[in-house]
Amino acid sequence: MSEVPSELKYTSDHEWLRIEDDGNVVVGVTDHAQAALGELVFVELPEQGSEVGQGDACAVVESVKAASDVYAPITGEILETNEQLGDAPEKVNQDPYGDGWLFRMRPADVDALGDLLDADAYQALLDELD
Amino acid sequence: MSEPLIFEHSRAGRFARAQAPVAREDVDLPVECLRTEPPVLPEVSELQTVRHYTRLSQRNFAIDTHFYPLGSCTMKYNPRACNTLALLPGFRGRHPYAPASHSQGFLACMFELQEMLKGVTGMQAVSLTPMAGAQGELAGVLMIRAYHHARNEAHRNEILVPDAAHGTNPATAVMCGMKVVELPTDDDGDVDIGALEKAVGPNTAGIMLTNPSTVGVFERKIERIAEIVHGAGGLLYYDGANLNAILGKVRPGDMGFDVIHMNLHKTFSTPHGGGGPGSGAVGVGARLKAFMPIPVVGRDGEHYRWLDEKDLPQSIGRLSGFMGNAGVLLRAYVYMRMLGHEGMRRVGEFATLNANYLAARLKAAGFDLAYPRRRASHEFIITLKRMAKDHGVTAMDVAKALLDYGYHAPTTYFPLLVPECLLIEPTETESKEALDGFVDAMCDIMERAARDAEHLKGAPWTLPVRRLDDVRAARQLDVAWRPEEAGA
Repeated sequence: MSEVPSELKYTSDHEWLRIEDDGNVVVGVTDHAQAALGELVFVELPEQGSEVGQGDACAVVESVKAASDVYAPITGEILETNEQLGDAPEKVNQDPYGDGWLFRMRPADVDALGDLLDADAYQALLDELD
Repeated sequence: MSEPLIFEHSRAGRFARAQAPVAREDVDLPVECLRTEPPVLPEVSELQTVRHYTRLSQRNFAIDTHFYPLGSCTMKYNPRACNTLALLPGFRGRHPYAPASHSQGFLACMFELQEMLKGVTGMQAVSLTPMAGAQGELAGVLMIRAYHHARNEAHRNEILVPDAAHGTNPATAVMCGMKVVELPTDDDGDVDIGALEKAVGPNTAGIMLTNPSTVGVFERKIERIAEIVHGAGGLLYYDGANLNAILGKVRPGDMGFDVIHMNLHKTFSTPHGGGGPGSGAVGVGARLKAFMPIPVVGRDGEHYRWLDEKDLPQSIGRLSGFMGNAGVLLRAYVYMRMLGHEGMRRVGEFATLNANYLAARLKAAGFDLAYPRRRASHEFIITLKRMAKDHGVTAMDVAKALLDYGYHAPTTYFPLLVPECLLIEPTETESKEALDGFVDAMCDIMERAARDAEHLKGAPWTLPVRRLDDVRAARQLDVAWRPEEAGA
């Protein structure tokens, strides 16, 4: 059973978002996603300062099974990326909601966050997949 | 037992006198190009060398030794006659710079191969130049691009790719400067037509499709897809990876495709190398004829000649110095001539029959087909999601266990949209007994998963190399032998 923390927001593409006090968001892939991918061997992150549109492929997570795109969950600017993943992509597997975060963004439109899934809705999606 | 590297057999001063050059030749190279130290080479006897490589060759899992149902790769038997005839001295000794008047036999074979490929795919012209499937794909999308540029529609830069497509398709589109728009697949494996209608527009350059698709089913709405894409001003690209399934039965040209690449090393039975030499011949319809890669072989009366820039001024250019991988093309030529039209139809029929027989038997044995409502094409997918959930035995464990039974593993974890999947392609060249043997092994593995999962998780047990740490191999890639690290 994969973990779905209740305080986070989710997308149907298995990404999570944590809304910080300053209104910026941290993005990563969910526990379910990391388990499905298997052990990661490479993570490609977006360029800091770049503008991304919702749904744009902006990062890549690669395991021995597959390389998968990570889509920008909202439109906005990439403020920071998790550079530790360059040497240690396994952090995404070990701690997907913590040290395994991918990037921080400034949302272009704060209202867009309301369209994301909450933990219950994401859990329902996982149940359906099972 | 593992075989040491050839370098580890090395002893200083040992060599094979019979193989050594008798005289040292002076070469006329600029001094800055000459090496200052001798190369690091293993110092071994002739017998040691023979034994080393013979032992390694005995460890191959090959079509010549094992059933090899590697989905999406069409690992069929390569008839010996193709090899023998491609090695006739007249072919082997022909210099690529020999004038066309001295190469009429070879050029005639290439011309006829172009004609046969045209006939079997329903396209209007064929270029044999691309050196491998990837280059064939590149040629295809470059032609689509050249077509739009020639029509002053250079803004068309979107290539539609179904999520069931081969992974190379989006990669090729990006290489050609295109933007990839992914299309979803419906529950029965067809392209989602509603999503396609929404995705096409003034920027559509084309769509890349494999039919039958990578999920192992025939795209039933192909004519509607062609209508929508052509209606939007885009072109249709056919990935020939799965041509084996429809050979002699349905032709991509008749489905509305404008360009196709053919993996001759799959459908036309030339050997699969470790990445080459392959052949990615391309066929084109009327819209793209002018843009074909060169050289192409043409015929003036009874005389064959090379067609180049002068004949095809709008060509996307030269993709190989001479005639692609000529030896591979010759093998495909012999194969097609041996089969004839009737034989090619039987390839498609038996490839499909074998796949459906295997699928039906595995289903009856309790395995889950990924698309149970569909008839398989030349390959099919089973999902081991249930086995993974109930016993913790994954598709990779089953793949490794199959090696212990003497079967090459099917393709694992591809296509990505089916969890814990095995993509199985038996090809037409296997006997019923071989297929039944594979089913027996799969049933044995299934029974073992419930009783002794740990055994499967440790497989393979009987091969010289046990389960590899693929994660470590990817993270710390190290493929070069270095004398300093070996302490030599």
